[in-house]
Amino acid sequence: MRFLLDTEQRAFADTLDTMLTAADTPAVVRDWSRGEHTSGRALWRRVAEAGVFALAVPEAYEGLGPRPVELAVAFVELGRHAVPGPLVETVTTAALLTALDDTGPAKRLLPALASGESTATLAVGPYALDADLADVRLAVSGPSELRLTPAPGGPHRPSLDPARRLFSPPPGGEILATGPQVTTATAVALTWARLATAAQALGVGLALLDRTVTYVKQRVQFGVPIGSFQAVKHRLADAKIALEFARPLLLGAALTMTERDVAAAKVMACEAAYTTARTALQLHGAIGYTAEYDLSLWLTKARALRTAWGSPDECRAALLRGLSGDRPW
Amino acid sequence: MTVDLAHSPADEAFRAEARTWLRAHVPAVPLPSLETEEGFAAHRAWEAELAADRWSVVSWPTAYGGRDAGLIRWLLFEEEYYAAGAPGRVSQNGINLLAPTLFDHGTEEQRARVLPPMASGEVVWAQAWSEPEAGSDLASLRSRAVRTDGGWLLSGQKTWSSRAAFADRAFGLFRSEPDTPKPHQGLTYLMFDLRAPGVTVRPIGRLDGKPAFAELFLDEVFVPDEDVIGEPGQGWRVAMSTAGNERGLTLRSPGRFLASAARLSELWQAQGRPHSTSERVADALIGARAYQLFTYAAASRFLDGASIGPESSLNKVFWSEYDIALHETALDLLGPEGEPADTDWAEGYVFSLAGPIYAGTNEIQRDIIAERLLGLPKGRR
Repeated sequence: MRFLLDTEQRAFADTLDTMLTAADTPAVVRDWSRGEHTSGRALWRRVAEAGVFALAVPEAYEGLGPRPVELAVAFVELGRHAVPGPLVETVTTAALLTALDDTGPAKRLLPALASGESTATLAVGPYALDADLADVRLAVSGPSELRLTPAPGGPHRPSLDPARRLFSPPPGGEILATGPQVTTATAVALTWARLATAAQALGVGLALLDRTVTYVKQRVQFGVPIGSFQAVKHRLADAKIALEFARPLLLGAALTMTERDVAAAKVMACEAAYTTARTALQLHGAIGYTAEYDLSLWLTKARALRTAWGSPDECRAALLRGLSGDRPW
Repeated sequence: MTVDLAHSPADEAFRAEARTWLRAHVPAVPLPSLETEEGFAAHRAWEAELAADRWSVVSWPTAYGGRDAGLIRWLLFEEEYYAAGAPGRVSQNGINLLAPTLFDHGTEEQRARVLPPMASGEVVWAQAWSEPEAGSDLASLRSRAVRTDGGWLLSGQKTWSSRAAFADRAFGLFRSEPDTPKPHQGLTYLMFDLRAPGVTVRPIGRLDGKPAFAELFLDEVFVPDEDVIGEPGQGWRVAMSTAGNERGLTLRSPGRFLASAARLSELWQAQGRPHSTSERVADALIGARAYQLFTYAAASRFLDGASIGPESSLNKVFWSEYDIALHETALDLLGPEGEPADTDWAEGYVFSLAGPIYAGTNEIQRDIIAERLLGLPKGRR
């Protein structure tokens, strides 16, 4: 037992962090929210070149994976920098196509996802994220039909996170796979989606905590930094506790990839990020409530990720469903 | 070395050996509450049974009754111990608080004299930190140690001394130099006999009336020099230096909460999986797993040579609040059967309520997290 990231994994996180810090992601997020995707596409290619999407794609399909631990490490950094786009959906698509019995769709579509040449989105529920720009648009309809859907015809619905653009998948399109293999593969894909979303949420929470700690050290009221007030300190301490306990849960989930561990990580990372978002908003005061201030990019994402790919209640239910008399862990 | 949650075959063999022993020895009927005279004696006898086969202090060196098992095997032992439903540990104050201090600051003579009877339960230790006017602000303590021939005379009052109602000896800090520039200077760390002349023990009933702690009145109690730990006047440093190392990990093992969460989950299933409590049951299971993995990560860092330090404050707030929530959920699930005080759940609930208060209140811990982990400026408490 050695429950620590190794040197290479930590260096991978640092490399991504450095690259994304230099990329001025807040400006990219704002472009993306307006439907201007050029800067976002450029950033996407750099994320792909760093190998992030290849981590979800097996070597047989020109990827480097499946490597869920490194993927979780990467998604923490993507969340920390609020990188926009169908990130989780691309990874989930890779997991789904890999898990089908029929290898045709994987051979056809996965190499381009691994390299970053194409992006993918996937609707299992009502919405497909960023379907207007995704190159591969999948929809699971009913329990057992996987379709490549046409480009969306209508406008998108706005998300509480302006950087997330929600499209209803149109009917029709090519049927890629049918039968029980779709049900099985969707369950596998859901585990990957929850892991990646949990990691992204943890990164969002860590960024919110960092920015808020910096702010309360600088903001002076009553002649002293507000960060010297115990009421302020204790809210931030609680956010720190929540995030630091979500972190090992995420790493454990990436190692075991069991439905139960991944569901637990999704609940705790998303709850921690959301708690931190509430604290960040409160401690920033009115400036935090503005769209103009960059904090909003993370505040709104913490809310959206909470229900993406399984609400806290759905994840708790998934965790409880498999319980029997044995030790749960 | 690559990240890995699997334990080595040798560690798993150790776990299996512990499991086998516990299955054969754990009392079939739970012992009476250890906060009663009868229960205290029964728990002391259980310590002796553990010690007879070297299971009472597995992480200690063999010379003092342990197995040199190391941190990982200690964690595995604890998982098996609580999963087996084994009794609470009446010696935990000595084992978790005094022993680490002796390993770091004691003399070889002290370790050889104090540790084996601690391991066997022959001598049960109480802590004597707080005073009526020195709680969270512990460094403001006033009880005195005055130099005398061959030792020290202790006078003053200590309070909230856990286990002192029935324990044999106690350890704590005393002011040996008056009028130092700072309050944490001039303190000395001493061990003393609770039955020595000059000691009056007045048990205090905790919330349910059981004498879980006591007030200690000390009137010129003689303590020989051999019972001073570290240098006189350096007691604060001696007491605090072990607060941040593995003690932060060992105060509450994850095994305890994994076992409690499993029992809660069994209770919930036996009650027909009521939807009304499903969220809280799930959170108890999630919290136990998070605490286990947090501890595994901290243990891995510790074994890599890192010190634990203020991170142990994250740990303390988490487990103490977790423990209360878990027991509240169980009592709510039990409905009218949640009221009787003579159940394990009720006993555990009352015990859990003290968690956010002792070992540094959670308010103090949050201050430490904010100031030392987040770098926020000091302010008025």
